[in-house]
Amino acid sequence: MTEQQIPQTDPAQAEHRTGTARVKRGMAEMLKGGVIMDVVTPEQAKIAEDAGAVAVMALERVPADIRAQGGVSRMSDPDMIDGIVSTVSIPVMAKARIGHFVEAQVLQSLGVDYIDESEVLTPADYANHIDKWAFTVPFVCGATNLGEALRRITEGAAMIRSKGEAGTGDVSNATTHMRQIRQQIRRLQNLPEDELFVAAKELQAPYELVKEVAQAGKLPVVLFTAGGIATPADAAMMMQLGAEGVFVGSGIFKSGNPAQRAEAIVKATTFYDDPDVIAKVSRGLGEAMVGINVDEIPVGHHLAERGW
Amino acid sequence: MSESPVRIGVLALQGDVREHLRVLGELGAVAVGVRRPAEVESIDALIIPGGESTTMDKLVRAFDLQEPLRKRLAGGMPAYGSCAGMIMLADRLADARPDQETLGGLDITVRRNAFGRQVDSFEHDLHMPALRDGVRDPLRAVFIRAPWVEDLGPQVEVLARVEEGEAAGRVVAVRQGNIVATSFHPEVTRDARVHEYFVGLVRRVVP
Repeated sequence: MTEQQIPQTDPAQAEHRTGTARVKRGMAEMLKGGVIMDVVTPEQAKIAEDAGAVAVMALERVPADIRAQGGVSRMSDPDMIDGIVSTVSIPVMAKARIGHFVEAQVLQSLGVDYIDESEVLTPADYANHIDKWAFTVPFVCGATNLGEALRRITEGAAMIRSKGEAGTGDVSNATTHMRQIRQQIRRLQNLPEDELFVAAKELQAPYELVKEVAQAGKLPVVLFTAGGIATPADAAMMMQLGAEGVFVGSGIFKSGNPAQRAEAIVKATTFYDDPDVIAKVSRGLGEAMVGINVDEIPVGHHLAERGW
Repeated sequence: MSESPVRIGVLALQGDVREHLRVLGELGAVAVGVRRPAEVESIDALIIPGGESTTMDKLVRAFDLQEPLRKRLAGGMPAYGSCAGMIMLADRLADARPDQETLGGLDITVRRNAFGRQVDSFEHDLHMPALRDGVRDPLRAVFIRAPWVEDLGPQVEVLARVEEGEAAGRVVAVRQGNIVATSFHPEVTRDARVHEYFVGLVRRVVP
């Protein structure tokens, strides 16, 4: 290329831009290998940060209490979110109800770093999720299978977490959902190209996205796990199953010794493939959350079934 | 210049480790994750990835990596840090928790999350003359809850500054001896020139 042929920088590209897909998805890339912890007070947020959490999820009630107390569960009080934002230096996430785009607008205005459009709260729309492209702040959404994950990404989600069954301390559904997503990705990788069209139809997801996953062998965004993780071994198992990081909800602050358990889960997530480390950090943690077996939850009360 | 493969470690406690490993592999370096003290001894150079610096600091200390890493850095091991990596390589932090420690090596003061929260994270074109074609071909730099260099010592060379907007003039890429740091994340783009620059530096100094 001669000096005369130097390509000029595209002026639209050169400008300073916020809220791009790369900036939103990149934020989740930086959380990889880390643990994001549910907290309901600034004191808990401080404990989480001290334990090595990569971010905290600010909410009014942890899923176990939402499950026990019932009622409609909504976005947290702005004062409570402000209190947590001003206490910690790590990123702060907060939950909006599925489809509740105004709760999301409020959370963006409060300056939270990530919004979880979450099935843990009572849905606000039983047909539509939030149009997440319309926001500068990035979103994480839950998924039980690949099709659901790809529909959320199509709507603008910049991070996916497997749903599991929040507030139970029972890891079995997290396992099922993570295995399901990974298995469906492996299946796409093995399909001949001319069968990807039907695969897209079956997944109820856009063909271009299905093709991208088939080629890359992974989602185009980071995949975390959530819902029922209560011990260091739970976290490490989910990492070995292909999760890129872990959300822990009720598992920490519903246990006997939150600070120590939080730190142990952080260490087990980093050394997820080293049983010696996992054994060491699992000692002397005191009581884990009592929990509830997923198969004892009555039909219609499974949070993972919310989202479409 | 030797073209024998150099062995570059990526601190693999937390963060976007995979992205750095990928770029290093594409550039022909042997790239390995580093999580244990023995692994620190086996590498020619180190990259500290993007991630959460408080978490990395915590894990570096919990898994007895702080002293071995400080020793290698003091001994002249080349190192590059992006974002949280820049924080870990700074001698001083502004506005951090008082108990946060760094590995140090760069005579700079770094301000964490200096550009604001995630809604303020941005992309921006930077000219970095030290890079291949760096004068005429700008780098699309991705800043995510990024730090900036607030203050720097006389031995520190400025490699890039923010070029426009409110933060214009802020130092976002530096080098001191064998240590390089950027506030932004070249590893999340397809532009490998920052890594190419670092691998070139490693090849010159590693026997």
